[in-house]
Amino acid sequence: MEEKIKSRKAVIIGGSAGSLKVILNILKNLKADLEFPIIIIIHRKHDPDSSLIDVLAQNTMLNAKEAEDKEFILPGTVYLAPSGYHLLIEKDYSFSLDGSEAVNFSKPSIDVSFQTAAEAYGVGLLAIVLSGANGDGTVGCKEVNKFKGTTIVQDPSEAESPFMPEQVLKAGLASKVATTDRLTIFVRDFQNAAIY
Amino acid sequence: MNNGISDEQLSQLLNEVLERYGYDFTAYTKASLKRRINRLYGLDRFPSFAEFLYRIKTDKKYFNRFVEELTVNVTEMFRDPKFFRALRETVLPILATYPFIRIWHAGCSTGEEVYSMAILLKEAGLLHKSLLYATDLNPEVVKIAATGVLPANSMQLYSENYINAGGTGEFSQYYTASYGHVMFHSELRQRMVFSTHNLAAESSFNQFQLILCRNVLIYFERELQGKVFALFDESLENLGFLALGSKETLKMSPVIAGYQQFGKEKVWRKK
Repeated sequence: MEEKIKSRKAVIIGGSAGSLKVILNILKNLKADLEFPIIIIIHRKHDPDSSLIDVLAQNTMLNAKEAEDKEFILPGTVYLAPSGYHLLIEKDYSFSLDGSEAVNFSKPSIDVSFQTAAEAYGVGLLAIVLSGANGDGTVGCKEVNKFKGTTIVQDPSEAESPFMPEQVLKAGLASKVATTDRLTIFVRDFQNAAIY
Repeated sequence: MNNGISDEQLSQLLNEVLERYGYDFTAYTKASLKRRINRLYGLDRFPSFAEFLYRIKTDKKYFNRFVEELTVNVTEMFRDPKFFRALRETVLPILATYPFIRIWHAGCSTGEEVYSMAILLKEAGLLHKSLLYATDLNPEVVKIAATGVLPANSMQLYSENYINAGGTGEFSQYYTASYGHVMFHSELRQRMVFSTHNLAAESSFNQFQLILCRNVLIYFERELQGKVFALFDESLENLGFLALGSKETLKMSPVIAGYQQFGKEKVWRKK
């Protein structure tokens, strides 16, 4: 049953300081009939009481929830990586959590999620890197490109913390640079993108 | 610099490890396992997969390192303090009614969780009638856990966790400190039994009123999780408690029919 409704496409978004407002902007402009999942990794301190997921849920027509271990990744759903764990994507399009050491001082690490998402979704993956103050995400984007996915970065001149998207750009890994409004359009249009 | 191993190589490696050493990692969640193996592969700078495989197969000491790196041993005292607070306030009063308390820490790592539990029991006046069984797949961490010695640098965090978990005394009263390490008092250690145990392969060895298995099952595939839940079910007395990690659940397992969630934390009580 799940085989029929899982999507071979996914959008994965990684960000740190200054990324939340961009994410909210993207989410509020998406309709509930989205045919792919959106996976979000935001750097933040480990706080079990955090209501970040509520903030996301209130700003979107999509179903927004924290990603759970072993959960199948379904279309039309926004998944937030829980704080204090790495979020991995398995080849059967389910999540697994990993509590091992931080990578680049980050847990969840954008690199880890992007790497595993790249292997699972391949050409069906759209990866977006947003505002942030460290270099997490660059290695991940390399993997996304290796597996024929698409990488977009937020325009560093618009980003609150330009370092993260800048690093990806400098490494020659971004196929597009976009401001917040254009990012929303890219995500929306991904619905119609044909993948081979 | 190497690129990391492929899925086929991973499969081959796990099968050879199973055949040679009897450790079955084939039902561990793949992406997570592959990541940790690749990390070791890169860290130890193997020029090829063939050499990596050869070393693991022929060098027992290196194989031990392999197991150590493969299993995630990240832990802390009173990890998720709210969980320990809930144990203290809602589970321990029920355990107090038993003449003798048996607790199993499955996947105890370097012991922080076990010493946390011992402190909780001590403060509830229950330590003297409790026995804590602590097991892990990895013999190196069991050895460390059995020493009761921890590096001193995390003590401030642990002290905060202890307070947030409802600690009624001073965290520092439970250990003596010297030369960058702390050693827990033998009064705590005396109530503990340490042993290696392989959740994936071994059977039940006792009956308990409380089993803790936190942040271990996330590394197992669904089917293996199911087997482990069955093992726990077999090892738990009626009305006993099963405590999982903050992001884990019993919900997907068939054994759930015999359990009820107990409070807001990931604790289930056997009916």
